[in-house]
Amino acid sequence: MSALPSARVADVFVEFADTLVEEFDLIEFLQMVTTRASELVGSSAAGLLLADPQGVLQFMAASDERAEMLELFQVQAHEGPCQDCFNEGAAVVNADLTTAQDRWPHFAPRAVAAGFASVHAFPLRLRREVIGALNLFGSTVGQMDPEDARTVQALADVATIGLLQERAVRRGEVLTEQLQGALNSRIVIEQAKGALAQIHGCSVDEAFDLLRRYCRDNRLGLSDVARGVVADPQAFPDLTS
Amino acid sequence: MTDGWTSDERADWAREQVAQEPVHADGSLGTAADLGRLCRAATRALHLSGAAVSLMNEGGPAGIVASSDDVWMRIEELAFILGEGPCWDAFESRRPVLVDDVAAADEIRWPGYCRAAVENGVSAVYAFPLKIGLARLGVLDLYRREPGELNDDDRDLVLAFADLVTTVLIDGQEEAGDGSIPSGVDGALGSRFEVYQAQGMVMIQLGIPLSDAMARLRASAYARDRTLGEVARDVVARVLVFEREGEGRMPEKGSGT
Repeated sequence: MSALPSARVADVFVEFADTLVEEFDLIEFLQMVTTRASELVGSSAAGLLLADPQGVLQFMAASDERAEMLELFQVQAHEGPCQDCFNEGAAVVNADLTTAQDRWPHFAPRAVAAGFASVHAFPLRLRREVIGALNLFGSTVGQMDPEDARTVQALADVATIGLLQERAVRRGEVLTEQLQGALNSRIVIEQAKGALAQIHGCSVDEAFDLLRRYCRDNRLGLSDVARGVVADPQAFPDLTS
Repeated sequence: MTDGWTSDERADWAREQVAQEPVHADGSLGTAADLGRLCRAATRALHLSGAAVSLMNEGGPAGIVASSDDVWMRIEELAFILGEGPCWDAFESRRPVLVDDVAAADEIRWPGYCRAAVENGVSAVYAFPLKIGLARLGVLDLYRREPGELNDDDRDLVLAFADLVTTVLIDGQEEAGDGSIPSGVDGALGSRFEVYQAQGMVMIQLGIPLSDAMARLRASAYARDRTLGEVARDVVARVLVFEREGEGRMPEKGSGT
């Protein structure tokens, strides 16, 4: 029998979906994921780790940010349930910390010392790609039943879709800005060539030579000077008189 | 038949249409060539007459990257020449602008554009913004020689093509790297460079802001029934000189500036 009231679960999913369409803040979103996950299953604490581009798990957010908790998440970059979960792409559920000293010699004693009896880790996974893990701690052993585990995995899945979408959008925005920037630089250089050609009564090619020489002599960027010239030709008297 | 498809299915379909489309006879590769192929695929698959992709910024269309055919390159240029048209509105509002019948379209909205489109045998224009997150890249313009509505199914399929155009541009930019522009996009802008040079010259000739200089070039092209490119070439060659009062004059040969 699941311990989770289905109405509460539904509320959490709606809240997630809402956050994904609103103005999105990554850390805020991850913090919400950990807080709601720990509330739902009555866990003492939850944390979330994401893989960096080198594939090393980095702590991102937690429902409880006391120093000993942060240490528990950070040590999992090297060893622990999140590391296992990330490597295997499969959840670690109801791992008994008191008997896990051999499995996780660095992680387990710290977790026990922090007052935990059990630990769970759920992969943040979309199809074949695992991007991190959601970590939950419990004060008793065997507290999470299979139904609850499925609900938490579903929560992790929704969070993953949101994260990947956010990454795609951010990449798109950055690259669009680069494209627009590069394009505008070309355009403004042509405009400046025209303006200088008119001022000096020379050809646009000669104007370009003038512009390039000026930038080289003064160690200035071509598009920066071009932008300045078209904004205010008088701002560069050495170049425009 | 496409009714009830998911967006993933529409994306796969659009990709499949492009894959079926032969590469251009000249064998050119790169982002601009990929987008040309995409325009041809969209034209065929959606029973259109033509398609084109323009990059746009706050100042309007910055350059045509690709079209299904050179005829449509020229028609795509109308919005840039005239400084108005559905693509301006689509880019500005971030929403598709669908003109089912250009001849019947509200003349107050784009009087010059509608007249020019009709003269060029264009009856319907559908402009779809290219965007991702908060960023905007430009517009995918679709054309028909017969008036007609774009039904909801087709509209969803165009959105799949528009997403594909955005993906190709973004991937091309990633490959090009910061400070460069995607391969082939350079060449597509080539014909515009003279317009921008002329814009800089007219700015100085008339002592007016840059944006006003473009408006003067556009007005001159319109008044002379010539393309913006032709007017720009004359300005750069100093065959056409703008003066502080009046539209511009043709100086005698050898009279300089």
